[in-house]
Amino acid sequence: MTDKNALELKDLSVAYRVGGRNRAVLRNVNLTIKPGEAYGLVGESGCGKSTVALSVVRYLPRNGSITGGSIALDGKDVMKLDAEALRRARAESVSMVYQDPGKALNPSLRIGRQLTEIFELAGVSGQAASDKAIAMLNLVRISDPASVMQRYPHQLSGGMQQRVAIAMALANDPSMLILDEPTTGLDATVEAEVLDLIGQLRRELSASILFISHNLAVVSNMCDRVGVLYAGMLVEEGSTKDVFNDPRHPYTVALLRCLPRGGQRKDQGRLDTIPGFLPGIGTNIAGCAFADRCALATERCRSEPPPLYELGGGRLSRCHYHDKAQSLPRATPAEIAAIAPKQAPPVLQVEGLNKTYASHGRPLRAVKDVSVSLRPGETLGLVGESGSGKTTFARLLLGLVPPDEGGSIELEGKQLAPRLASRSEDQVKAVQIVFQNPDSALNRSHSIRHILSRALKRLGGLTGKTLDRRLDELVRSVRLTDRHLGVKPRQLSGGLKQRVAIARAFAGDPRIVVCDEPTSALDVSVQAAILNLLADLQSKQDVSYIFISHDLGVVRYLSDKIAVLYLGRIMEFGPSEAVFSGPHHPYTEALLSAVPKLDRTETSRIRLDGEIPSAANPPKGCVFHTRCPRKIGAICETQEPELAEAESGHTIRCHIPFAELARLQKPKTMQPA
Amino acid sequence: MSAADTPVGMPSPDAETRRSPWGEVLHSLLRSGTFLTGFGIVLFWVICALLGEHFVPYDALADDIINALAPPSAEHWFGTDQIGRDVFSRVIVGSRDILTVAPLATILATVAGTALGLLIGYFRGIVDDIVSRVLEAFMAIPVVIIALLAIVALGTSKITVIVVIGLSFAPIIARTVRSAVLAERELDYVAAAKLRHEGALHTMFVEILPNVVPPILVETTVRLGYAIFAVATLSFMGFGIQPPSPDWGLSISSNYGMIGGGFWWTVLFDALSIASLVIGVNLVADGVHGAFND
Repeated sequence: MTDKNALELKDLSVAYRVGGRNRAVLRNVNLTIKPGEAYGLVGESGCGKSTVALSVVRYLPRNGSITGGSIALDGKDVMKLDAEALRRARAESVSMVYQDPGKALNPSLRIGRQLTEIFELAGVSGQAASDKAIAMLNLVRISDPASVMQRYPHQLSGGMQQRVAIAMALANDPSMLILDEPTTGLDATVEAEVLDLIGQLRRELSASILFISHNLAVVSNMCDRVGVLYAGMLVEEGSTKDVFNDPRHPYTVALLRCLPRGGQRKDQGRLDTIPGFLPGIGTNIAGCAFADRCALATERCRSEPPPLYELGGGRLSRCHYHDKAQSLPRATPAEIAAIAPKQAPPVLQVEGLNKTYASHGRPLRAVKDVSVSLRPGETLGLVGESGSGKTTFARLLLGLVPPDEGGSIELEGKQLAPRLASRSEDQVKAVQIVFQNPDSALNRSHSIRHILSRALKRLGGLTGKTLDRRLDELVRSVRLTDRHLGVKPRQLSGGLKQRVAIARAFAGDPRIVVCDEPTSALDVSVQAAILNLLADLQSKQDVSYIFISHDLGVVRYLSDKIAVLYLGRIMEFGPSEAVFSGPHHPYTEALLSAVPKLDRTETSRIRLDGEIPSAANPPKGCVFHTRCPRKIGAICETQEPELAEAESGHTIRCHIPFAELARLQKPKTMQPA
Repeated sequence: MSAADTPVGMPSPDAETRRSPWGEVLHSLLRSGTFLTGFGIVLFWVICALLGEHFVPYDALADDIINALAPPSAEHWFGTDQIGRDVFSRVIVGSRDILTVAPLATILATVAGTALGLLIGYFRGIVDDIVSRVLEAFMAIPVVIIALLAIVALGTSKITVIVVIGLSFAPIIARTVRSAVLAERELDYVAAAKLRHEGALHTMFVEILPNVVPPILVETTVRLGYAIFAVATLSFMGFGIQPPSPDWGLSISSNYGMIGGGFWWTVLFDALSIASLVIGVNLVADGVHGAFND
C-alpha cells in the first residue's frame, strides 16, 4: 500500500522532568497505524500508554518533553508544525476521547451548544450547524437527539455522556481517533454498548483508531493489531489474534495468565502472577526491561538489550528467547488455593432485608426483600449494574446504615442489631470490610504500623508484646514485611495498600469480610495476587466473603454462590456454577453476554437498551421488563414474579418457566467450566 | 504459600523519589519568593521585638521635652514625638505587644475554631444547624462592637484583647474546618473507624484532624494578618494596648492630631510598620496556601 500512514511514530522518546531530572517515559517507540486500521495499545498502568496518546497531539504536561524521534500524522511531521498548523491539525485531523466523559464535557453548557461549537469553528453556523449536530447524535445512536441537545451533561447517564463525547470527537471527521480507556469507568452493560457503537462506526467511517486500554479483552474485540507496551518500550506487536493466542513475549504471556479465564475457580488452582514491579520511570535499564520479573531471563537478558526481533507475518517481539516465551514457568504454583467449604450451619442468614431512602419525598427502595444465607468458608458474589443495590446491601450487613424494620440479619444464629453502635464488640469484629479504594480506606496521616496496631488493639483486644507478635503474623499473612510498617500509605503501590486494607479487616479474626470491588482499581497482575491472597486466607481461616465486583470473571473465580441484583431485588440466586452456566435469568444472561471475552467465541449477543431505571420509580410488574430481551407479554408488566426455585438451591425471579428458559438459552452464552 | 507472591524490594518502585508530604510542603515553601519575602519581613519584626531594646539609640520611654517634635535628623532618624521620645526607638520596640497579642489571639481562634469545626462537621444534623446559625449571627457583629462590650464587662487588658479577637475569629476558622471535615468524614477510613467501634473523640481528633491540618494552617496564617490589623485598630481606639507602651496603633492614636501641624513623622513610621507587618504575614499566608495547593 502506498497510501500515507495515518500515524507513524519513529523512535519516539519522551521524558518527564521530575525532581530536576529528565526521566524517560517512552523509549524509542516505533509504531505505524495504517488508514482505517484500529490499533490497540495495552500494558499495565505506568507503561506509558497515555503518554503516547498525548505526544501525538503534543498535549504533554508541562514537565514532559519529546526528547527524540518523530511523529507523523497523515505524513505530516507533527514536531515541525508551528502553533497555528498544530491548532489546525488538532481541530481537523485528530480527535481524542478520554476515560471520564463527565470531565470531557463542559458542565455548564448544553450538549447542543458544545456540539454546534465544533461546526462553527469549521465555518458552519446557525441552523446548518445544529442540523449537523443532530446528525452526529444520530450517528452515535442517540434516540431523540433534539431533546438531548437541550440537556446539560449531568442530565445524561455515563454511557450517554460517552456517546456525546464520541460524537464530538467525530464531528470534525478526523482521520485519526484516539480512544484512551473509553469504557473503563462504565458498567459492563454500558461498556458493551459503547464498544458495539465504536465497532459499528469503524465500518461506517474511515478514521484510523488508536485504542488504549488496560483491558486485554476489550482490545482483542476492537482492534486489528495490538502493541504491548512495557516500561515505555514496545515489547510485542502483531495482529490481535496472533498476539493473544500465540504471545511471543514473556510479559504478554504473563499478563494473559493473570486473568481468570474460561470459568476458572478458586478450587481449581491459583491464578498466576507477575512477581516484582514495573521499573520506575527514568530507571536505567541495562538489558531487557522485563528481565527482573521474568523466570526465563538469563545472563544475556540482563546485559544485552534485546532488539525488536521480526518474527514474520508482521510480528515483533523484544525478547531474546521469543520462541520459548510460552514456556515461561508459573510465578505462582497452581496448587489448589481453596478447599471446598464443608457442610456447616450457615454463618450468615439474612431474611427479608429492606432499605428505603427518602428521595424528594418519594420512597426509594434501595434494597427490597433480600434473603440470602452463607456458610463458613463460602463466598457470596454480588453482581449487578451500578445502582442495583450491591453496596447498600453490604452497608446494611456492616451496620453502617440501619435497614428498615422487619428484616433480620443473623450471625452464627444470633440476631445482629440494625445499628453498628448497638452491636457487641464480638459482632463488630466478626463483620469487616475491604473497601474498593485503598486511598480512601487507609488514613493517609497514619503509618501502616499505626493503622494495623490500632485495628489489633480495638478488634483483637491486644496490647503490648502480644500485639507486636500478632502484628508480625498479620503482616506476614498478607505477604508484607517489617519494612512496610514504618511508611505512610502514599509510599506504597496500589496492590500493597490493598494488602494493608485486607490485613486490617483480618485483625480481629472476622467471620465475614465484605470485599467491595477490592481489585477494580488494580492492574491485572496485582489483581491476581490479591485474589490469590483472599482465597488463601479464606481456606486457612474459614472466613466467608461477600464479594462485590463488576468483573464477572473475578466474581466467578472466587464465589461459591451468586446473587444477581437489579433495582435492589434479587433476580437470581444460586450456586456459582448453576448461575453462570445457566439456564439463568434473562438479566444474568444479558450481563454475561456483555462481558468482552478474550477468545472471540461469541455465540449470541444480548444488549440491554437504555439504563437502569430509577429505584425511586421502579417499573410496575417485573422491574426488569423495560429492558428484558425475553419479555413474554402483559404479565411481565403487571405482575411481579416470585423468586421461584428452579433447581435445588437455585432460584430465579422470572415468569418464564425454568424449562422454557433452558430451551431459549440452549446455545449457551457460556460453556460450563 | 508461595514466595513469588511476596512483593519484594522497596515498598514501592519509586519510593526514594518521593518526599514525605510535609517535606514536599517545606521544599516548595523554600522555593517560593512570596513566602521567603514575607518570612523575612516577619522575622525582622520578631527580632526587633525580642532584641530591639539592646540596639536602639534611645530608651523608647524616656522623654526629652526640650527636643519635643524634632524632625528627622542624624540625631533622631525618625524625629521625636510630643514629649521628645525618639520615634525610631519606639517604632523598633513597638512591635513587641502586637507580636504577643495577635499571635496569641490567633492561636486561641484556631484552637477554639478547630474544635468547634470538627464537632459540627463530624456530627452534622441538628448540632450543625444550630451551631452554624449561632456562628453566622456572631460573625455578623463587627469586632469593634464586641470589643466595646467586652471591655465594659471585663476592663481593658491584653487578655481581654486576646479573648475578644480570638473568639471573634474562631467562627471563621470553624467554618473552614467544618467544610474540610465534611469532605473527610465521607472517606472510607472513617467508616473503618466506626467498624472498630472507635469513639467520636478518637475519630475526630486522631483520624480526621491530621488530615485537615493543611487548610487549618492556611486559615491560621491568613487570620494572623487580620489579627494584627485588629489589634492595631483596637489600640488606636483606646480599647487595646494601653500607654505607656510604644505600641504602633497606640502611638498613631496619640499623635495623629499632630499631622495637621506638619509633624508627619510622629505617625508615618508607625503606620508603615503596621502595614509592613500585615503585608509580611499575608505574603507568608499566600506562600503557605500555594505550598499546600500546588
